[in-house]
Amino acid sequence: MSGQGRTSPPTGRGAKGPPGQWTLAWRRLRRNRTAMTALGIFFAILLLCYPGASLYSRHIAHHGPDFQNIQGKIEVNGKPTPIVRYDGTPIGPGLRSEYPLGADANGRDLLLRVLYGGRASIMIGITSALICTLFGLLLALPAGFFGGAADGTIRWLLDLIWSFPVYLLAVALATALVVGGADIGPIHIESSSLLIPILVIAVVYIPYIARPIRGEVLALRRTEFVEAAISHGTRSTRVMFSEILPNVLPTAVVLFTLIVATNILIEAGLSFLGVGVPLLTPSWGNIIQQGYTQMVTAPWLTLAPGIAIVLTAVSLNVFGDGLRDALDPHARHRARFSTDPRGAVAETEVEAT
Amino acid sequence: MIIFLAKRIVGLVAVLFAVSVITFIIFNVIPGGDPALRMAGRHPTKQAIANINKDWGFDQPLYKQYLAMMDHLFVKRDLISYQDQTEVLPTIARGIPRTLSLAIGAAALWLLFGIAMGVASGLNQGGWTDRVMTILAMTGISMPIFWLGAVLLYLITFKYRELPVLSWFPAGGYSPISDPVEWVRHLILPWITLSIVSIGFYARVVRNSLLETSSADYVRTATAMGLSRRRVLFRHTLRTSLIPVVALFGLDFGAAVGGLVILVEPIFGLQGVGQYAQSSVAHLDLPPLMALTLYGAFFVVVFNAVVDIAYAWLDPRTRDA
Repeated sequence: MSGQGRTSPPTGRGAKGPPGQWTLAWRRLRRNRTAMTALGIFFAILLLCYPGASLYSRHIAHHGPDFQNIQGKIEVNGKPTPIVRYDGTPIGPGLRSEYPLGADANGRDLLLRVLYGGRASIMIGITSALICTLFGLLLALPAGFFGGAADGTIRWLLDLIWSFPVYLLAVALATALVVGGADIGPIHIESSSLLIPILVIAVVYIPYIARPIRGEVLALRRTEFVEAAISHGTRSTRVMFSEILPNVLPTAVVLFTLIVATNILIEAGLSFLGVGVPLLTPSWGNIIQQGYTQMVTAPWLTLAPGIAIVLTAVSLNVFGDGLRDALDPHARHRARFSTDPRGAVAETEVEAT
Repeated sequence: MIIFLAKRIVGLVAVLFAVSVITFIIFNVIPGGDPALRMAGRHPTKQAIANINKDWGFDQPLYKQYLAMMDHLFVKRDLISYQDQTEVLPTIARGIPRTLSLAIGAAALWLLFGIAMGVASGLNQGGWTDRVMTILAMTGISMPIFWLGAVLLYLITFKYRELPVLSWFPAGGYSPISDPVEWVRHLILPWITLSIVSIGFYARVVRNSLLETSSADYVRTATAMGLSRRRVLFRHTLRTSLIPVVALFGLDFGAAVGGLVILVEPIFGLQGVGQYAQSSVAHLDLPPLMALTLYGAFFVVVFNAVVDIAYAWLDPRTRDA
């Protein structure tokens, strides 16, 4: 399947001809019910966190995620019940329109905080994965293409990032930045900015993207079509970006999906250690960090955001796995043994066209 | 092979040196990280700060401070924490058996269950075993481990405490290996917590690798020659398909000892190296963090090198790649 991507010229937009590798991959992906369900779950989570959070806040809860109501009371089974009891135990989850997931020690609506927290967590996951993939590609392309000293230097750099214990590196960077903010040239990043966890997480995972892609570039560098392009006198940058890049993009896309999931987990870990998302912005990680001390009296404060994290990460991981099967050069062999017997037939049909 | 080894060792030392320099720089450019200010207490006089700066050598140029710290860490071995002025190395030495107990036990769990699940999955591809294993593996990969630890601890040692089996588990702490039963009793929950992500990951890797290998020509030949299914599996398929596990294991074990324990130890109060790192981070305490970062990096780098060497031995094609 990838052979098609490698030997034929990049499919021009709107050009009629055999479907490109992305179209084929999409057709294969659409038949993978598990992957499509996972994608659906992820979109549902996105919907809940983006329009859902605002709608719930405006029309049902009538307050925001930071609204504290320590002394307020709500009706439960016709009886007025305090949102936070005198001993500091907040109200638990229940079937009602107010505080359905319960409240935290400050009398804030947990459902609302989890929904808004999802915005920060997912945003951090996606943005840092984008930055990470971009830098990973920018390092892997020249390393694999030029080889020699460039390759040596870049590999050493990747080894260096890799050998920093992940959490200690992230913690060191984040602590340094959280205390004073950062100045990168003319840009000043406030210490409360979400950019800090985003950048920290992005840097830490560059080797995960760059290493496998460097390997692929190395192999592509020796193929005939790349040799041909070089012998035509094409500039190196052009060969890298218009001949090699399209062929490593499938791998990059798959790794990107998986890294979004990982990064959401890392955000939670960093926030748990107190160096992730600043407490002013709710995120799944810092909701757990704040609620964890009340694990025994108010376990829902830890359980709810944790389950949200697991659901999101599972949906992304399962989708990424399906995406890999759809884009992978070995996909044919896997599709033949696929759980869906129709997959094998349809596969041969696509092959024939 | 000797040149290959020598190259790896030079690279290893270079990486450790760079890690120490970068850590030092990061903590010296932190605006709020001035240790003299933090040590002088509230409302310090200028004289007090000047004295501390002089006593601890903070008025020296950075490179001299760096060299002095390395001297205390590696030569004199008497590095002292800024925060509570305790010696760093004995604290780490006390933590290492705890951290290694945690990591080695977890590694045994994830190798055993990861490979078993992967093989069960790969041999029954498409069947219900495969589906159940896949669901389990995918959920495992997607767990925030500190959260899993907290939830396990809550469910087992508090919520369902009355159940006869579960009351066996302690609520945390560490017991030395001299009493193996107590040792296992205190570590079993942390082991599960630390290994769960890797179990899921290894199960997937082994499954896919097994599927790829089982369609290889030499496996087909072995089957065609009339070898039994079991013999083909153990002598031919499994051997090759476990090669990626060697690579992964080195990296993951290094990462677990060197870093991941920071998320698990505080939950269970294991007082190992990871918990020391966590509390040093909270105080921006450079000397222990420097020692701990180098300790962590050392594990990662050494296991990286071990993997490369093992790979070069298993698969000669990679020797000069």
